[in-house]
Amino acid sequence: MIRLARRPAPSRVMLWGSPLVAVALTFALGAAAFAAMGQPPLGALHALFVSPLSDLNGVAELLLKASPLCLIALGLAVGFRSNVWNIGAEGQMYIGAVFATGLAIHFQERWGVWMLPAMIVAGIAGGLAWAAIVAALRAHLHASEILVSLMLTYVAALIVKYLVFGPWQDPAANNFPFTVSFEDNALFTLLANYLGALEGTRLNTSVLLTLAAIPLAWVFMKYSFAGFQLRVAGDAPAAARYAGHSEKRAIWIALLIGGAAAGLAGVTEVAGPIGQLNDRWTPGYGFTAIIVAALGRLHPAGIAVASLLMALLYIGGETAQVALQLPRAIAYVFQGLLLMLLLACEVLVNFRLQWTASIRSSQAA
Amino acid sequence: MDRFDPLIASGIAAAIPLVYAALGELIAERAGVLNLGVEGMMLVGALAAFATVAVGGGVTIALGAAMLAGIAAAAAFAVLTLTLQANQVAAGLALTILGTGVSAFLGRGYVGFRAPASFEDLPIPWLSALPVIGPLFSLNALGYAAIAMLALTAWFLFHTRTGLALRAVGESPAVAHALGLRVTRIRYAATLFGGAMAGVAGCYYAVAQFKMWQEGLTAGNGWIALALVVFAAWRPWRTALGALLFGGVTGFGLYLQAAGVQVSPFVLGSLPYLATIAALVAVSASPQLLRRHAPAALGKPFFEGD
Repeated sequence: MIRLARRPAPSRVMLWGSPLVAVALTFALGAAAFAAMGQPPLGALHALFVSPLSDLNGVAELLLKASPLCLIALGLAVGFRSNVWNIGAEGQMYIGAVFATGLAIHFQERWGVWMLPAMIVAGIAGGLAWAAIVAALRAHLHASEILVSLMLTYVAALIVKYLVFGPWQDPAANNFPFTVSFEDNALFTLLANYLGALEGTRLNTSVLLTLAAIPLAWVFMKYSFAGFQLRVAGDAPAAARYAGHSEKRAIWIALLIGGAAAGLAGVTEVAGPIGQLNDRWTPGYGFTAIIVAALGRLHPAGIAVASLLMALLYIGGETAQVALQLPRAIAYVFQGLLLMLLLACEVLVNFRLQWTASIRSSQAA
Repeated sequence: MDRFDPLIASGIAAAIPLVYAALGELIAERAGVLNLGVEGMMLVGALAAFATVAVGGGVTIALGAAMLAGIAAAAAFAVLTLTLQANQVAAGLALTILGTGVSAFLGRGYVGFRAPASFEDLPIPWLSALPVIGPLFSLNALGYAAIAMLALTAWFLFHTRTGLALRAVGESPAVAHALGLRVTRIRYAATLFGGAMAGVAGCYYAVAQFKMWQEGLTAGNGWIALALVVFAAWRPWRTALGALLFGGVTGFGLYLQAAGVQVSPFVLGSLPYLATIAALVAVSASPQLLRRHAPAALGKPFFEGD
């Protein structure tokens, strides 16, 4: 018999060990599933997750996908620390992209070099605005932030659809749902322009924003007073109230930071590899970022690593489509499985597995 | 009066699956288990039902398959949260992500086909011809059963010993445990019931309402069902009232379209989500009220080994 016994203190080893166990288990289960489908398991895993990275372009695509995931997850982690469950980052990202696109398609011929900076500000403002609705309803009217942020994601998706099928549709698009392509001044510059070695890759300067955000998030959580308040609010709400920290303030900060990050990620996509707004530009970055934040233990360094791993799952999904004729949804299966196993392995942080000879002897003890 | 019959009929049609999903979640939450995986459980249920009729099974077998699929999904959640003590919010999200992915992955071969068998309307003679309330008497089998389920759930919860035990577990698991109730076992049962009901809701979408399969067929209705439970203040009959309101909003949109009013389908599509937010705000605005109705131990893990 195995039974659980609570540890006197959480295990530090398992805190970081359990995500690794979960990742290993996910790939093992994936291999087993491939075997069941008649694919050679190791060959399939290699084809999906190793060979796409064999050249520079593959690595660049990985970074390109990891970047928005990392940005959003950094923002979400702040909220999750204080037990504010913003699961609508996807919608906040949509609205960020919408704000930036609105500027781009109307002013890109006139605003010159100020176009992209203005789009970045607009995108962040869009994410903030969408998250502010959630914060206002949660902080002042006590509506569940989980449900409200998710409902607003559906609404945001419909707003995007309305725009790209309607007023913002490219007149030359033959009724396809997308806007005009952005001009160069409304796009992030390709890194290849500065670094010849990156010639041919789609990596752009938005990746630098993400790289800067990682230490920034770390400093904020570790050293700022607001970050401290958020951590106390999550770990010990009673202590936070006793210390006079405002719960409303914590909710606002948590949601606004998440929204800003998601809005910025929206800009980096539409002004990056996508180069326009259409109705299917995101593979669910906002939802996957929730897994990234959890897998990275809400720590900026962990999140950076986790975002690479989840980006790899996306790339594996795309390869699966081409190489093995499997649907792209396989990426979501892996993602869901990984999060499930991560949660299962987390038991090891707070509990020990005890082997007992039988139920009776354990009761006698 | 006839003009409004289609409005009422489509409203009721939209309400029925919400009633099932909300009742299942209500029972789980009354036992203290917050399962945010309703959407995921509904999707696997919907796919299981559609796949069953697609290979020639009848609608009854499809219903059984959907319930089993929902139970299997709920079981994964229960093991995570009740045995392994995982965070219920995170585990529920995981279940929705996994259910969405698995159903999209396994269902790829069924996209674009019409269900060869489906639940058909069974109008009750004379009653179904009544004005206004007529549509209530021309439901399909799942529709009539939903009304029975409402009565059954209310009776179980408030008039049986087991129902009392279930509510005790949701209010104060420590006290219930001290009284000799098997807290974890009761929570397992409640969670699995929630899965079965979500499966029925999924079955309704796949082989009664839309009669087809596509990725994300349930379109966020699992989340709306979650909001309904709050809106209903954890009382079974009120979920029916809430579901009819939401269904009415959906029906109203379809009615406007049918009446030839020029409204963007995207605006109409957003109505149920906006209505959900409005309803949540309306019932949440008074925190005292919410706290009095919500099961006290909702979402809190209980470890019997301590």
